[in-house]
Amino acid sequence: METKNKHKKPINGWNIAFKVFLVIFMVIFLVATLYPVINTIALSFNDGTDAVRGGIYLWPRVFSTKSYKTVFAMENLLTGFKISVLRTVIGTLSSLAINALLAFVLSRKRFLFSTQLSFFYVITMYVNGGLIPTFILYKNLGLMNSFNVYWVTGLVSAWNMLVLRTYMKGLPESLEESAQLDGAGYFTIFTRIISPLCKPVYATIALFVAVWQWNNWFDAMIYNRLATEYTVLQYELMKLLSSVMNQSGSAETAKDAGGANTITPITVRSAASVITMLPIICVYPFLQRYFVTGLTIGGVKE
Amino acid sequence: MAKSAAMINAPRKDRKFTWKEIKRQKVLLIIALAVFVYGIVFYYLPLFGWATAFIQYKPKGGIFGSAYIGFDKFKFLFTNENIGFWRVMRNTFCMGALNLITSTFMAVFFAILLNEIKPTIIKKPIQTVSYLPHFLSWIIVVGILHSALSSTGIVNDVLIKLGVVDQAINFFAFPEYFWGIVAFANVWKETGWNAIIYLSAITSIDPTLYEAASIDGAGRWAKIKYITLPGIKPTFMILLLINVGNVLNAGFEVQYLLGNGLVKKVSETIDIFVLKWGISQNDFSLGTAAGIFKSAISILLIVLCNAWAKHAGEERLF
Repeated sequence: METKNKHKKPINGWNIAFKVFLVIFMVIFLVATLYPVINTIALSFNDGTDAVRGGIYLWPRVFSTKSYKTVFAMENLLTGFKISVLRTVIGTLSSLAINALLAFVLSRKRFLFSTQLSFFYVITMYVNGGLIPTFILYKNLGLMNSFNVYWVTGLVSAWNMLVLRTYMKGLPESLEESAQLDGAGYFTIFTRIISPLCKPVYATIALFVAVWQWNNWFDAMIYNRLATEYTVLQYELMKLLSSVMNQSGSAETAKDAGGANTITPITVRSAASVITMLPIICVYPFLQRYFVTGLTIGGVKE
Repeated sequence: MAKSAAMINAPRKDRKFTWKEIKRQKVLLIIALAVFVYGIVFYYLPLFGWATAFIQYKPKGGIFGSAYIGFDKFKFLFTNENIGFWRVMRNTFCMGALNLITSTFMAVFFAILLNEIKPTIIKKPIQTVSYLPHFLSWIIVVGILHSALSSTGIVNDVLIKLGVVDQAINFFAFPEYFWGIVAFANVWKETGWNAIIYLSAITSIDPTLYEAASIDGAGRWAKIKYITLPGIKPTFMILLLINVGNVLNAGFEVQYLLGNGLVKKVSETIDIFVLKWGISQNDFSLGTAAGIFKSAISILLIVLCNAWAKHAGEERLF
């Protein structure tokens, strides 16, 4: 810092203008990013009938937790929450385990088919069958109306595998050799030697998969539309929100939407949104350094 | 990239297809076989499902029990005016291109500005906040967008208070706003996330370049123009090439969630088209045909852009 400042040009008009612009831009950026989230939280803690008047910005006007009570009394949302938690846990653990195993195999120097198997999976990043052939396949495999469609279908991901493989290839080979001299098999090497060293990259991949699992609703809509016992939180939230969106898109003015009885009050929708985004908001800041490295490895790789 | 290709292709001296070697790495081979079978079933079988586009698919008969119809579905797709396939193609392409341009521009812009903030105590919190929207689902983002743009929302509030309009605008009722709203939503959600890779590219630029430029009397602007921008150009090119192949893929969730009867003409994308005709109307063959056409165009786009990059002497994918 010190040496840099020495060379800096003397303060002039342009420099000050730039600094002012920088500050204004960052303030607008922060407000635009944070305001909608804070506003949703404020609305969720406001009284339902009072909120219709509008004008609630950063803080609830008439404080009430009724919306949350309403949400927790909705059975489909509770089912959705439970399934979402389950699919996130099961989906993340299984996918991480399989991808890590595959990356371990592919990063072994001795392995006979590493070129071929890598290529086999890299192709899947560029070509895929598309929605309808996939739909027909899942139907034939009996994955319709089942919980399994949430985790079985995404077990191996070429991108995640490549990130893991790159990281494992960077580990010293001598670790494996010395373990083998001690009589350790490949499975022991994977669980006892490689995996403990891969914790940072495991955290990255786990975060990516978990966020994807938690936020996914498309599979619930396509494959489990009729199986309400396997609905997910995001899909239920979408149903709550879409009743309002269709309303404002129709010829009637959006003003009627707020007061109509058939529509879920905005406070309840906000409460459901807060419950849906809370787990992720709480987790991601702590994993920041992991996903930044993970993304950089992945980016260079591609 | 070049390095990783070399690593894959380098001949391994100790790789011998001997019985002893196979026995020695049998654990690896068993895992590989299992993963290979999984890949065949979940990634390659759907590719054989492309055959669906060339038959009149009947769920009872399956692919082998349905009648062969050749390119009839494609002809229908391209020539029938009622289903509006070309309009859907145009929507997908225009929204994809608009999103790509705006989000890339904002990511580079944000990364360069953030890099100008030196104290970590200010930089770090801004960065943390900037990632936040990436982790929210599109459903949440659309909900947020909806309340911000509603008649009692903050945008209309501000517009009325500033005297720009005297009555609240129902933004979702006008087709001319739709693409802009989608592009804005994308920028809002992904700017911070997309900037990560550019920031890491900027940090890897040799700091002595900046010091030398300072000694020569270069100002902030000159340093950005002659050092930072050329420094991130390779990253920019690679990401551009990857994303060009995804232009047609970048249109489902937000359009599906925001679309309504009034803006249908500009909001429908190929993926929504496939969903509508394939799943809702049960015409699997037509849906598959549209999907194949999309893949073909995507691959063509990648190849063309790559050829252009090669011609221009830039970084390229293959």
